[in-house]
Amino acid sequence: MDTTAVAKTGTEGKLWGGGKQPLKASYGKLMMWFFILSDALTFSGFLAAYGFSRFKFSTEWPIADEVFNHFPFLHGTDAPMFYVALMTFILIFSSVTMVLAVDAGHQMNKNKVVTYMALTILGGAIFLGSQAWEWSNFISGEYGAVETRSGKILQFANTEGERVALEDVATGEREGLRQQHTESEGLWYMDEKALPEFTLDQIKAGFAANEDLRIRTMKLDENGEKTILDRSTSLDYLNNRGIGIIEGANMTKNEYGAPLFADFFFFITGFHGFHVFSGVVILIIIFFNVLLGTYEKRGSYEMVEKVGLYWHFVDLVWVFVFTFFYLV
Amino acid sequence: MAHDTATHDSGSAKKRIWNVFIILSVLTIVEVIFGYIRPRFFVETTFINTSILNWLFIILTIFKAYYITWAFMHMEHETKGLRRVVVWTAVFLICYLIAILLIEGGYIEEVYTGGHITWDF
Repeated sequence: MDTTAVAKTGTEGKLWGGGKQPLKASYGKLMMWFFILSDALTFSGFLAAYGFSRFKFSTEWPIADEVFNHFPFLHGTDAPMFYVALMTFILIFSSVTMVLAVDAGHQMNKNKVVTYMALTILGGAIFLGSQAWEWSNFISGEYGAVETRSGKILQFANTEGERVALEDVATGEREGLRQQHTESEGLWYMDEKALPEFTLDQIKAGFAANEDLRIRTMKLDENGEKTILDRSTSLDYLNNRGIGIIEGANMTKNEYGAPLFADFFFFITGFHGFHVFSGVVILIIIFFNVLLGTYEKRGSYEMVEKVGLYWHFVDLVWVFVFTFFYLV
Repeated sequence: MAHDTATHDSGSAKKRIWNVFIILSVLTIVEVIFGYIRPRFFVETTFINTSILNWLFIILTIFKAYYITWAFMHMEHETKGLRRVVVWTAVFLICYLIAILLIEGGYIEEVYTGGHITWDF
């Protein structure tokens, strides 16, 4: 008996009386759960802020199906969120391989742990690549739009309500306002963002010449569709409100509508992507430890279980991002 | 490593994993189908501030979250104490946060669209 220990506390039989492990979880696992909880609250904060902004601009928020409608090798086909659904499947499946790796760890089956962890890393890498592709589509844009004085967006549509791209509206060639100022030409510390390839005057002239064109505003009607103005109002809006051209999206302007939409898209999917990336890095480290036999010697694959918890959490967050960004 | 999953025979653990995978896949497919078709009835019927289509998505998402946490993250094998520490804290705080921010966002939307200042010029 340790001489410094208290002989009797009177709480020996009690679960929370001390000297026991009431949660029956190791320190590492418990801390992983605490981290996941706080991270979940961080993501909830972001998604709730997204909800706040969306409620504020609920009459003019972009329609996700129109923004995310690309699919690899199916250029020009309208495939709303199929690619994101595929990404969701990839992530869920990588979760399955992860939990199979954890299960193999319980049976101290090193080879199976190696196989399943490798598959998980592969799934994570594919997901990251898909997200990069999604971002590049979003940034480069598709149809282009005209910006108004108040920072709203005017898009183009034909009489059937189908979207029309800037290049089909404008008269003449893509000439641009002037040459883009880059660091390599002129002062080295000064540059500017890529200039639009058409001038506003080209767009106005082309719009006036084609009777079939209409303006599509950000406003949503009661069916949740974007409002299409009649011909005379369209001309009025374009000539009196338009101040410039937007192609694609960045942090301050985007052709899809409310700039906040792009900000939240970059921030939330970016922060999630950063989690996937760090998850892949941690998985790779643990993967090499497994290969080296670290956990075999330790007699327990609990480390695989802990990284597994993190990986499932990343999947869990994506389930919510998928719903609130792409579906609702 | 006195965890329940270790004492389970590996066959039933694996079966559970694949069952959950099938459930998650089916839920996702249902979501995508509804998101693609957007049935008029579901879009037009409103229930507590949003369409029942949105409610369907949210409920299916919560189901998915439940299966991921309980089966994949082994929450079903943890003690009651740990489960409550994590789940109740998250659920309570998130509900509170969402309620506050969405009510506020709705109010600002009213001011924004119903006020005397035009934001569209």
